[in-house]
Amino acid sequence: MTDALHILSLGKGGWGGALLLAAGVTFALSILGFLLGAFFGAVAASGGLSPRAVPSWLAKAYGTVFRGVPDLLTIYLLYYGGSIALTEIGKLFGSAGFVGLPTFATGVLAIGIISGAYQAEVYRGAYLAVDPGQFEACKALGVARFHSLRLVIIPQLMRHALPGLGNVWQLVLKDSALISVIGLVELMRQSQIGAGSMREPFVFYLAAAALYFLIAAVTGSVFRYGETRAWRGMVHA
Amino acid sequence: MIDLHFFVEIIPTLLSGLPLTLQLAGLSIAIGFALALLLALAQQGNHRMLVWPIRAFVAVFRGTPLLVQIFLIYYGLGQFRPTLQAVGLWWLFREPYWCAIIALSLNTAAYGSEILRGAIQGVPRGLVEAASAFGMTRIQTLRLVVLPLALRQAIPSYSNEIILMVKGTSLASIVTLMEVTGIAQGLISQTYRAVEVFVAAGAIYLTINFTIISALNALETWLTPYRVRA
Amino acid sequence: MKFNRLAAVAAALSMFGFMHTALAEDAPKAITIATEGAYAPWNFTNADGKLDGLEIDLANNLCERMKVKCTIIAQDWDGLIPALKVGKFDVIMAGMFITPKRLETIDFTQPYAIDPGGFAAAKDSDLGKLGASTEKFKMDDEAATKAAIDKLKPLLKGKVVGVQAATAMLEFVKKYFGDTVEIREYKTTEQHDLDLAAGRIDAIFAQKTALAATLAKPEFANFTVAGPGFVGGLFGAGTGAGLRKEDTKLKQMLNDAISAAIADGTIKSISEKWVKTDVTPVK
Repeated sequence: MTDALHILSLGKGGWGGALLLAAGVTFALSILGFLLGAFFGAVAASGGLSPRAVPSWLAKAYGTVFRGVPDLLTIYLLYYGGSIALTEIGKLFGSAGFVGLPTFATGVLAIGIISGAYQAEVYRGAYLAVDPGQFEACKALGVARFHSLRLVIIPQLMRHALPGLGNVWQLVLKDSALISVIGLVELMRQSQIGAGSMREPFVFYLAAAALYFLIAAVTGSVFRYGETRAWRGMVHA
Repeated sequence: MIDLHFFVEIIPTLLSGLPLTLQLAGLSIAIGFALALLLALAQQGNHRMLVWPIRAFVAVFRGTPLLVQIFLIYYGLGQFRPTLQAVGLWWLFREPYWCAIIALSLNTAAYGSEILRGAIQGVPRGLVEAASAFGMTRIQTLRLVVLPLALRQAIPSYSNEIILMVKGTSLASIVTLMEVTGIAQGLISQTYRAVEVFVAAGAIYLTINFTIISALNALETWLTPYRVRA
Repeated sequence: MKFNRLAAVAAALSMFGFMHTALAEDAPKAITIATEGAYAPWNFTNADGKLDGLEIDLANNLCERMKVKCTIIAQDWDGLIPALKVGKFDVIMAGMFITPKRLETIDFTQPYAIDPGGFAAAKDSDLGKLGASTEKFKMDDEAATKAAIDKLKPLLKGKVVGVQAATAMLEFVKKYFGDTVEIREYKTTEQHDLDLAAGRIDAIFAQKTALAATLAKPEFANFTVAGPGFVGGLFGAGTGAGLRKEDTKLKQMLNDAISAAIADGTIKSISEKWVKTDVTPVK
């Protein structure tokens, strides 16, 4: 046990600092990926709600593919495929050399695309949950469409979306561990490095599990606080 | 860049990993479901000694990545061979196959138990009371009234969980198991054509999941004939 | 301290920015070299997250000779060649053998080291009882290789052997022992080392210097390098730096730098520091 404490210490020769730093990378990766996913999700949700065939079909295909293919494969595909695509785009703009997408950006993009597919469902459901009378009232009052969305609909939509978004966030946090396979030194990879070179896999993976659990618990309570706030002044049915 | 001939060539190779993928998914979904049902039912009675450890188990397995769980169970527990041998469990933890099954089953049991717990609580109280008024025992009520309703209620959420498990089996390649993703990685190291191989492998998973979703949708419709779908 | 912080900021910025890698024809001013970072003592990651090992020292030395600014990054082993091909980096220095099969896809410099492959197993196993031998077989000599393999086969019958995936080591075990043993493929050699210690597998096959480094650790007191070493043939000309076929200018520069490092004994001293023997290729 003292051995384990020594390995995980913050001092010289200990891996504690490296693990905490890697946990920071995991957190940053997750947040940025989640935000990017919110954008993809919102676009896909509006596509899914559109009465026109093409946007609605595209949104459906996006959701089906990225929720149905293992996240590991999506990540690999973006890592290798992303560079090829970028190089081609680079050629269009006259850049002759290779253009590589760095691992952190690839990770954010991968998590954004995957979580966007899940977030789209959440937003779509929440939009449908908003009382249609609210749209009609806006129209009757002559509020412009953009303003009615921003001031009336979206605040109510978020109220319905928050529990679902909380679930997606937990998914994102755990998915970020898969980004380790493309070489980004986040929490999972750092513990693999430690486990390999100290030959103490149990200590390192247990420490990683504890840190993931801690991040999940703390951020989970932030979401719960947000939910209470979003519903303030409302009486639960 | 897309070379159809190459696709046709690699798909049979990739499909040779399908039996293992389906085995891993099928076994862990079945074991996980049995365990999830047990955990959900155990939480219905409010024995604190029973409920608290279950809550802790669920929180831990839902709060940490599956990848960490697989590594912890495979490489982590591998460090404790003498202890595991002493309690007669080493034969189980020695094999990567069983380690993957254990990790996947425990993971899905944690998520599944929450789905089933919610569904059981969602069964109207009046029905349970009516059943006991008919003179049904608690077991009879559970078997004939509560579970059929709860399980039907749980189908949509549980089918999501099943899809997540099928996707989760792709992590088994990390503990030396050659399922579809493992074979895909082998193919890439031979052909260095990552994009084509991953697209082909992705299509296989998509087909499996599409089949599962369609089957479960059909099951749900069949079990709720009175509900006209919007 | 201040310098460290600046370096950290620069590293963070470069994570977000796009990396433009070397052009094919011109002499490059800056290159990115990828290694595995999990293959001690050739290349590994230490507690503060820095890459270290024989190939890191050598890479820095070569870059100094070429007057090129080098960035060394870690990349999973099985992704090294695909990622090189799509331009994630310019050079691979990761204990990679110059095999005929790899040469179909990428190019290599001249070898900077030659290190045979061999088995390791428990001391009390049939294979382990052979003990370490300094005997070396050139696989280009089919008859001698076959004789050596046939001596090993009965000792390995039905055993489970761990090898790293996507390596010439795996090709070797598949070709010569595919009908004799059960093969398990691992992402890193560290992982098959852990499973050897745990008793999940009976033997591992890897480069002899890497085996020696592993077996020096206290958990491996009951294990030994077993039997002869194998070179040539499937293992090609030795360990070299991999690069894209079109980067001919870079290849020229690296070859000149390696020749210089062999000639003035730099490779000898670096290899004695890290692997305790001299792995300098002999012409």
